[in-house]
Amino acid sequence: MNAILDSQIFRLLRRFDPAVTTAFGCILLLLVVGGTYSSNFLSPEYLLQQLKVASFLGIIATGMMMIILLGQIDLSVPWVVTVGAMMSCAVVGHGTVGAILAIPFGILCGVAIGLVNGFGVAYLRIPSMIITLATNAVAQGLMVVYTGGFSPQDSASPAMRYLATGFVIPGLPNSVVCWAIVGALAVFLLTRTTFGRAIYGIGNRERAAYLSGINTRRIVMTAFGISGGLAALGGVLLAGYASKAAQSMGDAYLLPAIAAVVLGGTSILGGRGSYLGTVAGVMLITLLQSILSVMQMPEFGRQIIYGVVIIAMLLLYGREKLQR
Amino acid sequence: MKDWRFWFAEQRGTFMAIAIFLMMFVIYISNHPAGFNANIVQTASNKGVLLAFVAMAQALVVITSGIDLSIGMIFTLTNCLASWLVTGSPLQVAIGVVVVLFVGALCGAINGAVVIYGRLQPIVATIATGAIYYGIALALRPTPGGTVDEILADALTGKLFGFIPASLVALLVVVLVVWIPFSRSVTGRAAYAVGSSEQAAFMSGVPIKRAKFITYTLAGLLAGIGGLFLTFFTYTGEAAYASGNAYTLFSIASVVLGGVSLMGGRGSAIGAIFGALAFRTIGDLLFVFDFDPLWQPLFQGVVLLLAVSLSAFGLLRIRNRLEWFG
Repeated sequence: MNAILDSQIFRLLRRFDPAVTTAFGCILLLLVVGGTYSSNFLSPEYLLQQLKVASFLGIIATGMMMIILLGQIDLSVPWVVTVGAMMSCAVVGHGTVGAILAIPFGILCGVAIGLVNGFGVAYLRIPSMIITLATNAVAQGLMVVYTGGFSPQDSASPAMRYLATGFVIPGLPNSVVCWAIVGALAVFLLTRTTFGRAIYGIGNRERAAYLSGINTRRIVMTAFGISGGLAALGGVLLAGYASKAAQSMGDAYLLPAIAAVVLGGTSILGGRGSYLGTVAGVMLITLLQSILSVMQMPEFGRQIIYGVVIIAMLLLYGREKLQR
Repeated sequence: MKDWRFWFAEQRGTFMAIAIFLMMFVIYISNHPAGFNANIVQTASNKGVLLAFVAMAQALVVITSGIDLSIGMIFTLTNCLASWLVTGSPLQVAIGVVVVLFVGALCGAINGAVVIYGRLQPIVATIATGAIYYGIALALRPTPGGTVDEILADALTGKLFGFIPASLVALLVVVLVVWIPFSRSVTGRAAYAVGSSEQAAFMSGVPIKRAKFITYTLAGLLAGIGGLFLTFFTYTGEAAYASGNAYTLFSIASVVLGGVSLMGGRGSAIGAIFGALAFRTIGDLLFVFDFDPLWQPLFQGVVLLLAVSLSAFGLLRIRNRLEWFG
């Protein structure tokens, strides 16, 4: 009897990805540590605030996850986020039409940069790390020319502010709702469509995916387009949150986005990972940042702890197989 | 085929880099209002040498088919450290220089240890260690400041015999002392072997781990030399996030321009040096043609984008589509 129960528990446990379980364990640990440090930390308002902060990172990390599942990486996130924010704010200045087009236009700019990345990776076979660094530099150059090197004066439209800070469902900020919608779409795309299965297939072995009749180049390019669009959407929301765009507002999102995906158990080599893990990774990173700021840790300490935690977590479960 | 033809085929990327640099430099000099003189060469070499050190560092790691995205942050960290230590009596200055270089090498060794013994992917691992190095740099210099021994700084950034830029000589010395012995050693050959095919290298009993570890450590050392020179040029230390990131980016651009294959196993640090000098000259071209400096980041980005897209010409030679997937 006991043995049967044991094996059932064992089977239940085996269904969980150890990485995702570890990530959720770490979230609990952080909550406990935060709770002992300050009683405010566990109040619903504060946790909801954290969820709101997490939603920006969550949306950006969703795009990053698709790219990492392909076995690629997107280092153009910082300036795609900024382009999304700046371009949508720039369009707002052009009357009613501008106000309506602001959000789609910002996202479209991100999609365009993403498609350039995708074209380079899929058709020109340039390593993704290199081409995305290059488009990041070009996007930065374009924005520097556009703004003249200063923070632009345009401000966000009411719709953008509403999207980032308003409430459709009482008590639940709209940005969290956005993340939930993006997340649900991502889960559907990854698990219920041929596109999603092709992403996993390409991540495991692109050659095999190609030989089984998948148009791998189109899939890769599309995935980069989606990733660019999501990064830009993150930028649009951030601009709505801060009610304007700023230079280098995206710098703070590259490392956290990659870290969130990888800490959530998605293999950096591609082909393995679940969206639940990414959600856990995003919450983990956000809580860590929040605790460090509650402790009034200076910037240098945050950077160091941040790097150390990521390395430590990766060493725990992100290691490659030993070569034999 | 004769030996020299093998040698030439192996060094083709390097010769391309030298040719690009010479072309750019001739355009630059012939359009410069002051023309060709020792001062202009000195300024150009001082700016170019900084990037050349960092590019050399990146080239070493790239040859083993790795990547070091923390290289710019090691550069920043050693700059901040040098602004504290390289000052005072000659003995203190000497100790300071040694400590700064040691810390650079140590940062590289940590990267190597994490990547090799931790078995982590270099991209993510070095982004994370880069955050740590930047944090330490920020702790050392929350605001820009500090000082450096001016006699040493002026000696290494000035001119020898009135016309040879001292920084170029320093670069040459580093090449002779670090790169040449390394590339001719067993470890250096092992680094190339690992870059070509890690599996084959492993099967042939090549010391993979030692080769990779020494490469990352040397890369840290070279970035440290770069950081030291930055301090000599600016006389201060500054933990600038944007500048550290820019140097990482430019180092990759220089490596690509310098004909080092990003897949590993092909190219040389000499090529990367000329790639760096060419990249710097391209950036400076805008000034002699009187463009608004605002356009410089965009121009550099476009050059980088074009440079990496050039590698796509290799696709035309592929006969079997399956080779797309490496």
